[in-house]
Amino acid sequence: MINLTINNKKLQVEEGTTIFEAAKLNNILIPHFCYMENVHQIGSCRICVVEVEGGKTLMASCVTPATEGMIVHTNSERVRDVRKVIFELMLSDHPKECLSCWRNQNCELQDLGNLIQLHEFRYEGAKSKDVIDSSSPSIVRDSSKCILCRRCVTVCNEIQGVGLMNPHHRGFSTFIGPSEDELLGESVCTNCGQCVLVCPVGALKEKDSTAAVWEALYDKSRTVVVQTAPAVRAALGEVFAYEPGTLVTGKMAAALHQLGFDYVFDTNFAADLTIMEEGSEFLERVTNAFNTKEKNHVLPMITSCSPGWIKFMEHRYPDQLAHLSSCKSPHMMLGALTKTYFAEKMNIDPAKLFVVSVMPCTAKKFEITRPEMFSNGLADVDAVITTRELGRMIKDAGIDFRSLEDGEFDSPLGLSSGAADIFGTTGGVMEAALRTVYELVTGRELPGIKLHIKPLSGLNRIKTAELKIENPLPAYSFLNGVTVKVAVTSGLKGAAELLEQIKNGTSPYHFIEIMGCPGGCISGGGQPRPVNDAIRTLRLEAIYREDEGKLLRKSHENEDIQMLYRDFLGAPLGHKSHELLHTVYAQRSKN
Amino acid sequence: MPSPAYLLKRVDFIFKDEKDWKEILKNSINRPAHELINELISSELKGRGGAGFPTGLKWKLTAEVDDSIKYVICNADEGEPGTFKDREILSKVPLKVLTSMAVCGHVIGSKEGYIYLRGEYFFLQPELNKSIREFKDYCNEINFDFTIRIFMGSGAYICGEETALFESMEGKRGEPRNKPPFPSTYGYMGKPTVINNVETLAHCYTIFEYGSKRFYDLGVQYSRGSKLFSVSGDTPKPGIYELELGMSLVDFVDEFGDGDTKAVQVGGASGFLVPRKGFRETTIGFQGKLTGISLPTGGSMMLFNSSRSMYNVLDNYLEFFREESCGQCTPCRVGCQQLLNGIKAVKRGEKNALYLNKLMRLTETMQYTAKCGLGQSVANSFSAIVENFREEMIY
Repeated sequence: MINLTINNKKLQVEEGTTIFEAAKLNNILIPHFCYMENVHQIGSCRICVVEVEGGKTLMASCVTPATEGMIVHTNSERVRDVRKVIFELMLSDHPKECLSCWRNQNCELQDLGNLIQLHEFRYEGAKSKDVIDSSSPSIVRDSSKCILCRRCVTVCNEIQGVGLMNPHHRGFSTFIGPSEDELLGESVCTNCGQCVLVCPVGALKEKDSTAAVWEALYDKSRTVVVQTAPAVRAALGEVFAYEPGTLVTGKMAAALHQLGFDYVFDTNFAADLTIMEEGSEFLERVTNAFNTKEKNHVLPMITSCSPGWIKFMEHRYPDQLAHLSSCKSPHMMLGALTKTYFAEKMNIDPAKLFVVSVMPCTAKKFEITRPEMFSNGLADVDAVITTRELGRMIKDAGIDFRSLEDGEFDSPLGLSSGAADIFGTTGGVMEAALRTVYELVTGRELPGIKLHIKPLSGLNRIKTAELKIENPLPAYSFLNGVTVKVAVTSGLKGAAELLEQIKNGTSPYHFIEIMGCPGGCISGGGQPRPVNDAIRTLRLEAIYREDEGKLLRKSHENEDIQMLYRDFLGAPLGHKSHELLHTVYAQRSKN
Repeated sequence: MPSPAYLLKRVDFIFKDEKDWKEILKNSINRPAHELINELISSELKGRGGAGFPTGLKWKLTAEVDDSIKYVICNADEGEPGTFKDREILSKVPLKVLTSMAVCGHVIGSKEGYIYLRGEYFFLQPELNKSIREFKDYCNEINFDFTIRIFMGSGAYICGEETALFESMEGKRGEPRNKPPFPSTYGYMGKPTVINNVETLAHCYTIFEYGSKRFYDLGVQYSRGSKLFSVSGDTPKPGIYELELGMSLVDFVDEFGDGDTKAVQVGGASGFLVPRKGFRETTIGFQGKLTGISLPTGGSMMLFNSSRSMYNVLDNYLEFFREESCGQCTPCRVGCQQLLNGIKAVKRGEKNALYLNKLMRLTETMQYTAKCGLGQSVANSFSAIVENFREEMIY
């Protein structure tokens, strides 16, 4: 333990604690800006400098470890003075267009200004950059607003391992982005949007699709269908000042109806469908592996719900693409079904249907532009808006979200099981799949408390579990005694670790779930800000609450799914399924 | 009495021939590490790059770290405006530098050394490589395992900062790291590393050759030994001179000035500007408790006479810093630019003269909050020029 004094308060902290953390643990607030919990070790903004007695200069508290006997002042005359000057310098290279900025009132620079209390601008000067890159279907980069805190650089390199966002040039001409002539839309960017999530200002944002949605809503000749991903309901409330982890499923459905959508469907329905298709695909691969002599199986199979992850793999591991499940992501399945099954049923011209997906994800905006995601010349999904964009639409429409009565999803694509709810969190797809697969193979329920596989939940980077098959049904007798090994990861760095194993032939797993964003969709690139591990955990718990609150917990027991197969699709992996619900992948350049 | 031709005593250690290098290497590596460290410590040699960290202590701290891989790096990224002495050392007496690197390897337990050579010095490479081969051959001959390689810089000033230099060598963007940890525990590739300036290593050779006393006897308290000076600007005799530390600036100007010197820039753009009225009270050496105003320098001494506009000088420095700042921390990246804008605005009459005081506050902030020496040192020249040549800044 280390003894130090901050603002005349004697403290004891563990060795290795920074001054900033020591202060935080003891409720002393040090204004800060570029700091990112657990990962960011750069100390670039210098807002959090403090005076350490005996030091020649001030020290950045976020990167300076506390040492024995240190005497720290966080509010001395000099500290307050320089903090104001640094903040002024930041503002001197930042456009003051707050009222028209999408981040107005949700901006860390504004928050900081509120703390620092600045009432004059002394250092007006040059502006360093004003490039707006809107080449990507997912993310817009407005460098004029960039404050060079480098959080996006940390996320893109250290957490996602994509390594695209980096500083270029020197001195005042420094800018952050892909290299000088490279556009985001033509780069290896996976569109995961984690950079958007950590950007403190308005320099990185999702490509706005609300205008297209409003236009469709106002077009009387169109039937506008909306669907919402599992993770949206666990975070949308935060836009309306609910505590993180508050479920707003009912209010969300009501708001969507009020916005004028003709049908409000639930992507969760398609999540159940995904389990049927992906589970069957897994069983097929396993059968090939254990029951045939050819052994032409490709295992482990990897989930394919996360388009950021898919693009990452297409760039980085094109030789391993056969490991990917061929299933489209759930909202694409629902889009395809809306324009076929639903259109047929309701006798609507599919060309007049406009399908909107509300997603926690920026990569889904890219996904709908993929050529594979068109059926019969029509896009499966016409527009994707993020949770944040839905929040903006609700505000824009003057809907008082907090006082809404709970609404319902519409039939026939609205009913879902608890297994579908947990698609929104890391480990959820795997658990949902195993609930169904285990029961198909053994005829018994998945063992475990409340149908959960404990080691697969939580925020650890790589999680693994083993499941021994005993006394299977006769059709699967060849699996008797087999231990099924599964792994779950979220965030692309973990994905790369698991893929390296596959590449080297050392992967022990049969089934791997990969989600592109750390924590899974609950903290996807399209979710409300801020996101940190505490908020991730609250959202994750909310998702599990939603699951446990349902009577229907397993995808294969969803009656609407059963009806869909009876009336329309036939059997999982059948001809129609392949046409509408499955896809192919493309090799992309490595850089 | 000094002769009229040489007011200041010349020293001739550095460029004295290097013909005994084999003997010195062999003798030194047969001495125990602690003895060599003590030799350096009692010589009171301080780093000649400008920062003045005691060299013996640096070697000692690195030697004490337990690690099977360590590195010795010679910082030859000589980029400070107005300094050109390391180039001369590497072309005239390279084997002195190589010998000291190898001895350092022996002391700290390292088998690998690198010379980080300034990008613009690519022309030194062929000759230097020849010396390195000759040196390696001899090492093989006496069964001493130490390999030296050249690493070419790419022309960024900031890469002379030791941690930015490591980053650059590791193939990353050249930007300073947070300190602590210091190079003695976490340097190149995260391994314990001794990084010394070219000239420091050349002085080590002198100390190994003649013993610490000969070195210690030169100079004054806190600033022992001799130092190379790169003299440039308004002087009738520009060039490289080895002089004792502790000389008074007035003597220096008497010797090297053209009779009309109005200011001397000590230590390059990031160093200190001394106006005429300060010559008498200023000495050249490291700061000590008793030495009064003592200015350290990496060797750059630029003289300005009365035909020079100090506004232009400052403008030039700020252009340089704006360009060469790594762009990482706010005070330095934005500060340099807004200072430049600020003095231009005052000169053009767009801001009144009082604005200079606000700019002074800005430099003070940079001095206290910038991440590395680059941003911290901008205040030195800025405040000296603005305080002493205020008129030139305004009219």
